[in-house]
Amino acid sequence: MTPRALIRLRARNGRGRAATPLRERLIEIGLLACGALSVLVTAGILLVLAFETFSFFGRVSLAEFFGDTRWTPLFADKHVGIWPLVAGTLLTSAIAIAVALPFGLLAAIYLSELASPRARRILKPTLELLAGVPTIVYGTFALVFVTPLLQRVVPDLAGFNALSPGIVMGFMIMPMISSLAEDALYAVPGSLREASYALGSSKLPTIFRVVLPSATSGIAAAVTLAISRAIGETMVVTIAAGQQPNLTLDPRVPIETMTAYIVSISKGDTPTGTLEYQTIFAVGSMLFLMTFAMNAISHRMARRLRHGAGQA
Amino acid sequence: MSPHRTSTPGRARPKIVADEVTAGFGDKTVLRAISMEIEENRVTAIIGPSGCGKSTFIRCINRMHEQSPIARIAGRVLLDGQDVYDRSVDPVLLRRRVGMVFQKPNPFPTMSIRDNVLAGLRLTGTLRRKAATEVVERSLGQAALWDEVKDRLDDPGGSLSGGQQQRLCIARALAVEPEVLLMDEPCSALDPIATARIEDLLHTLRDHYTIVIVTHNMQQATRVSDRTAFFLGGDLVELAATDDLFTRPRDPRTEDYITGKFG
Amino acid sequence: MRAPGPAQRRRRRTGERLFFLLCLASVLVPLAMLATLIGDVVLDGAGRLSWEFLRGTPSRRASAAGIWPALIGSLTLIGLTALLAVPVGVAAAVYLEEYGRRSRMAGIIEVNIANLAGVPSIIYGLLGLEVFVRLFGMGSTVVAGACTLALLVLPVVIMASREALRTAPDALREGAVALGATRWQAIRQVVLPLALPGILTGAILAVARALGETAPLIVVGAVVFITFTPDLGSQYTALPIQIFNWVSMPQKAFLDNAAAAIVVLLVVLLLLSSTAIFLRNKYQARL
Repeated sequence: MTPRALIRLRARNGRGRAATPLRERLIEIGLLACGALSVLVTAGILLVLAFETFSFFGRVSLAEFFGDTRWTPLFADKHVGIWPLVAGTLLTSAIAIAVALPFGLLAAIYLSELASPRARRILKPTLELLAGVPTIVYGTFALVFVTPLLQRVVPDLAGFNALSPGIVMGFMIMPMISSLAEDALYAVPGSLREASYALGSSKLPTIFRVVLPSATSGIAAAVTLAISRAIGETMVVTIAAGQQPNLTLDPRVPIETMTAYIVSISKGDTPTGTLEYQTIFAVGSMLFLMTFAMNAISHRMARRLRHGAGQA
Repeated sequence: MSPHRTSTPGRARPKIVADEVTAGFGDKTVLRAISMEIEENRVTAIIGPSGCGKSTFIRCINRMHEQSPIARIAGRVLLDGQDVYDRSVDPVLLRRRVGMVFQKPNPFPTMSIRDNVLAGLRLTGTLRRKAATEVVERSLGQAALWDEVKDRLDDPGGSLSGGQQQRLCIARALAVEPEVLLMDEPCSALDPIATARIEDLLHTLRDHYTIVIVTHNMQQATRVSDRTAFFLGGDLVELAATDDLFTRPRDPRTEDYITGKFG
Repeated sequence: MRAPGPAQRRRRRTGERLFFLLCLASVLVPLAMLATLIGDVVLDGAGRLSWEFLRGTPSRRASAAGIWPALIGSLTLIGLTALLAVPVGVAAAVYLEEYGRRSRMAGIIEVNIANLAGVPSIIYGLLGLEVFVRLFGMGSTVVAGACTLALLVLPVVIMASREALRTAPDALREGAVALGATRWQAIRQVVLPLALPGILTGAILAVARALGETAPLIVVGAVVFITFTPDLGSQYTALPIQIFNWVSMPQKAFLDNAAAAIVVLLVVLLLLSSTAIFLRNKYQARL
């Protein structure tokens, strides 16, 4: 057998198509470019928000934005205090978490500690279905079914209110908490549970005194992520909570969230470059900062879970 | 250790020459200045306890060692007199001349038996359509697998038994028509019967290929190889004709190893 | 320490049972809510479902209104989104898993993707508005909407594809390289076919997500009242937008229309998910 060349020649080596190193390099660069697109997107979001928000604060002072308690940028008597929108967002999110946390945590305990393998196999994916339903469907449900239902029980509940979408959002994000919390519980080493049983403890105290405390980082990560999700939710609150910016803690009256405000302006014909147009970016920046902060905290907690094997 | 370059008559010319090959991972050195010759159309076995660098050595021959991001290597490896680590050499082309069979059979599960055999040619874009059937039959025949699978060439590669899968991997490596075949403990995952079949195979393959086989089984080395190299702790301790190494070892460490005092 | 007596053991067991039921309820109550939601939607909407409804266009009279432009808009939208997001997403995943394991660039990309996954969808709408609609001059067309949604679902595709690529054992990559294949040859012919089921699942998940999105589309200008079948250069609408419009109207007849449109939306989603599961099982079986 005659020795064949080891050195790559520029021309074909007579044995069919040879992939040149140049082509390999080009492919690698192409793939890298696709990955780098995500960096571009982040940069794009930051730039767009910063640009329009900067213009906005050329017209409106920071004192007004953070000092005023009314939000009426479209009226002749303009007030651009962000607090009513923030309050609306926080109110609905708080109600959502108040629902999602207990349900999510107890469901996680059930799936992780108490359920039979068969029950777990069936119920876990079924629970994921909740997360798969589009938010517009949940919004419609909140307005059309839940609000009238609650009106029978809660006195003076307005047609648009924070309670109804809050509750529906709670059920919507509950699978998120239950799934992440379950991972955290699962990560608790079996040896800890065994040690507890060996000391004579029964199932319940073991769960509450040993398993849960070990999983707090993971559970905290799940909750902060859910808060971020609730803050960023749009359609449920747009449809069911109303479009009236109201600085209040009363869940029975109409309010407007930051996300709902952006929708309401976008629906209409707002010319670009006007103050009204820029308000959606200013509000968007606020929204971005809040969700980013929550995501960062959640990420920190999750890292503690991974490194400390769940130790709080 | 000084290299063993005896020149007894009847010896084949060297196909592969290792010249002061030192290799490692990160801070750890696994091979220390290995110099040896591997003769053409012979079977050379490499024996030694775990961790002595046998696998790393053969992976230095086909430049698979550098696949690891922390791999280091120094020295030369000459194939037909040409240093494979020279800057101008393309490792991809090298691997088409020096084939490898792994410890655990790794046929491609998404491909049929036929496609597995042709995989080497397809992957590198060197398959000629018309020759395909002939290549499949020839390679499977060389690997002593043709009769067993000739009626089910379209079955998935993973549907064979362990021993058959390994012979399929051998066929796949042979289809590329390499000159050298490196085998890294090819039988350690197989039962004795499958092992015996592959050992029989090596006797026929030797006429056309230069074979280097890493094995932890000394009896296997005596059964299949013409020359044997004994590695210990990253050093080449002794290289001799197999009979000589096992009956009249020159180094006391070799004697200790083959009499079972350690490893 | 005294062993617990029978009364104490009984109490403990009752306590355990109650807790068990409480936890079980935490799983069943949300599911019951979901069932109620679907039941309510079907009850309200079933009456309006008909061939005329599917083929009709929106109208001021609720009884004459239909969802054809919205349906076409949605299908076009998710088709374009998939066309944009899937190749780019798979390419990015291949880079991260196969090429960039140790590079700093890969680390930066990874962090970015994790962040982007947590950004609210309406922010993507704002990005799309400034960049695609205004800066690139696409206007409020389906293409702008698809580009926006593609960016939104990109992290989903990338994460699912990475998972899929990871399932390919290293031994196979080594086998391919030992035969003399280049890295890309090994990826394209050995690794990608193995990862195909997972990649497909990711693609369908992304498409399902895009189908249900409303907020970003409103921001980039999907309008509500379209009586013609939209094309790539015209204004457009989508199912969720149409639903949103009808829900915003006080008359009950429009609410019924919304319910019917929701049924259509859910059916399409169900078809997509079933296809995903079917395809994944089919490909997994042949391994």
